Amino acid sequence: MGQAAAFWIMAVVIVVAAFAVIFLRNVFRAALSLILCFIAVAGIYITLSADFLAAVQILVYVGAISVLIILGIMMTREVQKGSPVNKMQIPAAIVAALLLGILVYVVTSTPWSISSQAPLTPTTMPLATKLFSENGFILPVEIGAVLLLAAILGAIVITREK
Amino acid sequence: MEIGLTHYLVLSAVLFCIGLFGALTRRNAVIILMCIELMLNAVNISLIAFSSYVVPQLLTGQVFAIFVMVVAAAEVAVGLAIVLAIFRHFSNIDTNDINLLRW
Repeated sequence: MGQAAAFWIMAVVIVVAAFAVIFLRNVFRAALSLILCFIAVAGIYITLSADFLAAVQILVYVGAISVLIILGIMMTREVQKGSPVNKMQIPAAIVAALLLGILVYVVTSTPWSISSQAPLTPTTMPLATKLFSENGFILPVEIGAVLLLAAILGAIVITREK
Repeated sequence: MEIGLTHYLVLSAVLFCIGLFGALTRRNAVIILMCIELMLNAVNISLIAFSSYVVPQLLTGQVFAIFVMVVAAAEVAVGLAIVLAIFRHFSNIDTNDINLLRW
């Protein structure tokens, strides 16, 4: 019962905030509602008993990515024309609605093999053993570290003054 | 009504389609990046829902969600760097006016 109430509240907040990201004229307010959407997604993770992922969502998205986006908006302050739309609005709406219909049809008509076991509740230690153990995901973790380093260096090189 | 896997997947599909619509129609490059973040979040929701309903003891979907977050962080850093470089060059980030690579 509590899970259902939490899910519906978070779902409504997510959808409303996502529509606000798209339709608000002011870019800064759109960024603020994007942050609200990220926080509600963290709540959805908690209802899925993914506590570590919820904390990471708050730290990475609400803490870091939103600050980066707001910094980008402030650095491009002179284009305060809001968020204009291009000429493809009706075809894009048709494509998005078609994709939504197909996805909802597939999701509701597929017999998912739902497990009856209860999910692990403190997920931090199982995730760590899964990521760093002998036959786990240690190679992708190392590649992720190299990817982040390359992204940081690339961002510095691209934005550096000549 | 009991909340099940289907609810989470439908929520994820709705969020993905909102992000897709925004990324296709907006002309401000920063808004397009924000919509891409929305789509990545939708994918994360569905991965974690699958993980906790289909294989609750294995956490494979959560590991994949962590890697999606890593790639999203790298993507937004490089994307905003490109937007800033474009802004410094054109004094504009309207994607209709940036057609250097148009054939």
